[in-house]
Amino acid sequence: MGINRRDFLKLAGLLGLGGKAAFELVLPGEVEAAVARTEATGTRWAVVVDMRKLTDKVAARCIEACHSLHNVPNYLEPPDPKLALSEDLKNRWQIKWIWTDVYEHAFVGFEQDHKWDKLQGMNFLLLCNHCDNPPCVRVCPTQATYRRPDGIVMMDMHRCIGCRFCMAGCPYAARSFNWRDPRPYIAKINPNYPTREIGVVEKCLLCEERLAQGQQPACVEASGGALIFGNLNEENSPVRAALRAHYTIRRKPYLGTNPQVYYIV
Amino acid sequence: MLENAFVGTRRYYTLLAVLATLSAVGFLVYLKQLSFGLGITGMSRDVSWGFYIAQFTYLVGVAASAVMVVLPYYLHDYKAFGRVTILGEFLAVAAVTMCLLFIIVDLGRPDRLFNVLKYPTPNSVLFWDMIVLNGYLFLNIVCGWMVLESERHQVPPPKWLKPLILLSIPWAPSIHTVTAFLYAGLPGRGYWLTAIMAPRFLSSAFAAGPALLILLALLVRRYTKFDPGREQIQTLAKIVTYAILVNVFFFFCELFTVFYSRIPEHMDHFYYLFYGLQGKGWLVPWMWFSIVGMCLAALLMVSPKIRQNETTLALTCGLIILTTYIDKGLGLISGGFVPNPLHQVNEYVPTVPEVIITLGVWATGFLILTILYKVAVSVKEEIQA
Repeated sequence: MGINRRDFLKLAGLLGLGGKAAFELVLPGEVEAAVARTEATGTRWAVVVDMRKLTDKVAARCIEACHSLHNVPNYLEPPDPKLALSEDLKNRWQIKWIWTDVYEHAFVGFEQDHKWDKLQGMNFLLLCNHCDNPPCVRVCPTQATYRRPDGIVMMDMHRCIGCRFCMAGCPYAARSFNWRDPRPYIAKINPNYPTREIGVVEKCLLCEERLAQGQQPACVEASGGALIFGNLNEENSPVRAALRAHYTIRRKPYLGTNPQVYYIV
Repeated sequence: MLENAFVGTRRYYTLLAVLATLSAVGFLVYLKQLSFGLGITGMSRDVSWGFYIAQFTYLVGVAASAVMVVLPYYLHDYKAFGRVTILGEFLAVAAVTMCLLFIIVDLGRPDRLFNVLKYPTPNSVLFWDMIVLNGYLFLNIVCGWMVLESERHQVPPPKWLKPLILLSIPWAPSIHTVTAFLYAGLPGRGYWLTAIMAPRFLSSAFAAGPALLILLALLVRRYTKFDPGREQIQTLAKIVTYAILVNVFFFFCELFTVFYSRIPEHMDHFYYLFYGLQGKGWLVPWMWFSIVGMCLAALLMVSPKIRQNETTLALTCGLIILTTYIDKGLGLISGGFVPNPLHQVNEYVPTVPEVIITLGVWATGFLILTILYKVAVSVKEEIQA
């Protein structure tokens, strides 16, 4: 037995050709289509965060705009001082739709050693990545969280059973659970947006209620240009222009979730 | 047969009363949890599963281990186990019931429990877990009860039962495999993202479950007229020995891959559990006790002298139950969530209400177990007489 190099190459070539031919027969054009990424149609929302413009003050404005609009409770500084919580409880119950954290937390696994001193300690604005391939959607047993065709990872808080499988599944810690009734901790309830009940999970929904009215997400509006929002499938959209012009990074892309929040650093 | 549950000694009724009381106390605290929310537990944004899910995971293993008495009897015609299959099956019934209760007490919205059936979602492992656990509960109730009933009337079990019994054999490892898949398929949770999780679950289950069964068999012999048998206990002991050795081996396989590859996202969880991370690590002594105790127990079980002496056997079995419990019941869930995906260390410690609810569920399970064992033992005594 045994096979020399020449025979091996001949055999491999034959198999290769045969394989290609077989594919062409069964799925004409599929091989090329799979290799060359096709231009998708329809809408695919994405966010680009321009870290050159994102100061801590801007970030705080974005967070305030989102959290006050969506009735997100404030466990850190309750509206009524009598409701003040211990450090431990603040930490445990905190609900975050959009928040900041330093580079080394936001980009775990992308530590850049000394030459990147600039990045260490830099505060990044974090939110749900509205992944193309969201693990939270995969694990949800009731489809209470699901992916819309435009890419928004949605949350039906009336269907959620509170099993918190999605929180274990999310590699970005973008999901929060209502460990208690959040209402006493909302400074001023916005009557145009629902508040949550005990025992359900919540997260950033990319302001789908504002998008439906043709408005931009609240954080983008409040960011004064530091956040860029738009349709990735549209050649001339601001997000596409930003991605063409700059080098951007994403959080944990190696996990294959295909996150859709990009950072210009 | 159930009438046997209502006639018993004073000791039997006392035991029932104690368990029922604990169960009731647990239920009262659960009502508090229902009204306030899961905030009365120690769980958090970062450690979003805790004690409840850990007990659930451990008990799925105990339930699955019934197969270790059912399989030799039905597939290898190992007659001696005919006396103890019922103890294994009824232990499985009690364990699965506790599993289901632990899932329910862990839900934020138990009132919406049936959404899992209303919107069946095959891509969620939890959906499959629901199917296999309920299926396993059904199989063990039917198989256990019917075989016992036939034994009582001294007739062979009905023919239609055999396929169900055979089905229950592969079904047992499936429940623990699916439970492992709850964790082992999540990206970004390095501690759980390992192909050996299901095998590890099974090996620790097949050690801990039969070890518990040995202790129960010894108790049954001591307090009733029914003797599960020395040979039976010795065979179970051999099963425990192999399983605990395999479990220790799997653990070191895991350590090798994690520490030789030196990938931080996988290593840091082990650092947290065994050395502490960022100055935090309340589980460190527990984890060392668990792994050293487990290795010691495995070595002790290898020695025939220790295994054959029922006192040292019982003590070693106790050590195995305790160490595998710490590994799965304390380390597994916390270890997977700490550090969090942002590499922050926020520890989890169960709160008093959480522990009381947990005890309540255990008491409910043991109440069911006591009643089922009482029925089984009464039938066995009846036949002997």
